[in-house]
Amino acid sequence: MTAIHNLRSRHFRSDTDRALADVELRGALARAQEMSNGKRNRAIGQVTDDWEAMRERARAVKAWTLENLADQLELFERNAKANGIVVHWASDPGHACRLIRSICEEAGARTVVKSKSMVTEEIGLNQILESADMEVIESDLGEWIVQIAGEAPSHIVAPAIHRSRESIHALFQETLGREIPEDAESMTMIAREILRQGFLRADVGITGVNYLVAETGSFLILENEGNQRLTTSLPDVHIAVSGIEKVIPRLSDLDVFLRMIGRSGTGQTVTTYQNLFHGPKRSPSQEGPGSMHVVLVDNGRSELLASERSRQTLQCIRCGACLNICPVYRQIGGHAYGSVYPGPIGSIFTPQVAGLHQASQLPYASSLCGACKDVCPVKIDIPEVLLDLRERVVAGGSTQRDEDTDHKVRRESPAFRRWSAVMNSPARYRLAGHLLRTLATVTSRTTVLDRFIPPLAAWRSTRSVPRPEGGSFRARWRRRGDRVR
Amino acid sequence: MRVQLFVTCLVDQFRPSVGEATVELLERCGCSVEFDERQTCCGQPAYNSGHRSEAERVLGRTVELLHEWLESGGEAVVCPSGSCSAMIHHAPKVLAEDEELAGKARRVAESTWELTQFLVDVLGREELGTTWRGRVTWHDACHGLRELGIRDQPRRLLDGVSGLQVHECGSCDRCCGFGGTFSVNYPQISGAMSDDKIREIDASGVDAVVSCDVSCLMQLQGRLEATGSAVKTLHVAQLLAAREDRP
Repeated sequence: MTAIHNLRSRHFRSDTDRALADVELRGALARAQEMSNGKRNRAIGQVTDDWEAMRERARAVKAWTLENLADQLELFERNAKANGIVVHWASDPGHACRLIRSICEEAGARTVVKSKSMVTEEIGLNQILESADMEVIESDLGEWIVQIAGEAPSHIVAPAIHRSRESIHALFQETLGREIPEDAESMTMIAREILRQGFLRADVGITGVNYLVAETGSFLILENEGNQRLTTSLPDVHIAVSGIEKVIPRLSDLDVFLRMIGRSGTGQTVTTYQNLFHGPKRSPSQEGPGSMHVVLVDNGRSELLASERSRQTLQCIRCGACLNICPVYRQIGGHAYGSVYPGPIGSIFTPQVAGLHQASQLPYASSLCGACKDVCPVKIDIPEVLLDLRERVVAGGSTQRDEDTDHKVRRESPAFRRWSAVMNSPARYRLAGHLLRTLATVTSRTTVLDRFIPPLAAWRSTRSVPRPEGGSFRARWRRRGDRVR
Repeated sequence: MRVQLFVTCLVDQFRPSVGEATVELLERCGCSVEFDERQTCCGQPAYNSGHRSEAERVLGRTVELLHEWLESGGEAVVCPSGSCSAMIHHAPKVLAEDEELAGKARRVAESTWELTQFLVDVLGREELGTTWRGRVTWHDACHGLRELGIRDQPRRLLDGVSGLQVHECGSCDRCCGFGGTFSVNYPQISGAMSDDKIREIDASGVDAVVSCDVSCLMQLQGRLEATGSAVKTLHVAQLLAAREDRP
């Protein structure tokens, strides 16, 4: 089965229009970006080491691990087993969900509590557990908000970033069926009371993973709310779900990642909690879960290992910095991408793991401004991969495209062939330039030609059409030469 | 110094005065300016749209042409666009499969400069004797900023203009929304991205927004006009070459 779960919608164009019309959404996004970038810059400013050197080290660790991924995963598995952790391998979402469901069923679970995890969104886990009559409670505040709203997370770190405080207040009142105070603290306290009851009745706790440490067979998860500690300590079973790319070789590698991920993602010097897991409790008198499982999910990732260019996508540490800086994400938010992982990283991750034909619009959802590349703590060259994907969309033929993209490429291809013929001949270029300027002079004054020239109509839908100054530079240069002579 | 003006197709066809202003500035700094009329385009429109073979042909031809000129004793290629200069700098990578051409591309890339970069970093000029009375803000064009590191050079040149007030906008380094074919593929997102900057530009009370790329300026001007703003757009060469108080 292909990783269709990575994609919630293929209607990027219409979803985008809806997002652009949502004034509340765009206000919330602009405020969130301003705040997170300000905090990020301050937090990076406090680093005493050279930030660029840290980025290079983090990149090198990730790149080396990906080159040796099979070995590192097997090393992790061996050491994790020695720690009493049960390690499972899942090739696709269906496989992963079946594994997790059967662990829950064996534990006789009626209630499952989760802390924030994007990979469980990717495999569509909640629906599977709910269809097996289990109650699933998201315990991260933002994730809980989107769960009770029946929405998907719109950001990989801040799931409810698309919502204002006012809309969350309205949602809470509607859900609880009573009046509640509107301040953030009161609302958080109410959520906390409800979630505490969930923790107490949960039979299984499910989390994601930030880093699998190969040499120790342990794994690290980061959080800010303390919900993850409750998720992993109260229920008797802990299942950690991880993409296969999350492994790092040594515990000491965490040094650079722990200092970078908080600063890059949320502008914190370090996240509030860093939870390192070494296995289930060793004796009945100890605290913590009696059994611990790690589910390693491939879901298309291993296919990216083949080339260096595509492999870098797997370096991602899910900090969200590229979403926080992206001027396109700023306008449309996460849902419009229709991808579980939205924003710049999602636009390269999803088409590669889910198949280009599923998500061929995403590589074009970028102005190629490069801001994402600048902020990425592990130096993923996102614009380069976007360009690679665009090339593959063009070269791959109709089988590599959805309908909208196919239409676009079919229109563009002959145009670029003509363009190339023009640009390769100065004589044709001079003639075409003359025609273009004449046409532009006319179209800057009248809209009658718009319906014959779709790109012109598209341009005019939000901008006035530029008027050429008159004549070309080369003509003026020649006249100047005549004067000099 | 013998300088080849790489004028770019957009300046050639739509804003020839930017090319003339560039020539004027280079001559003011003592350069001997040449222009090979066989020039067309750097190939970026096709490259950024995924039409690789078309892009390679056009870029390869431009590289051959500029290389030939450098071999004849030319010293520097100067371009009034950060984006097209960046494309020339990418050429060795884009043309890597043809070893001979890639070698030529390396030579061309080493000798190619965006205008403000050339004036400040190569010629060491920051004051060009320009007077321009008014208030402007600088827009950092993405490719110049992020691929060539052009941030200080234009600001130093603007500081050297007497009578000029420069206002810094917080959104100066955020994309204008152009993005080549992105601007017509997603005109609504593209326009919204411009609005985001224009709100701040409008509120700052400047006469003009200045940048080193005609493409960004056409995008911003188009949106400024469509939304009824009085703010003008100006290429940095036009401002720096102004002989009178106003161009």
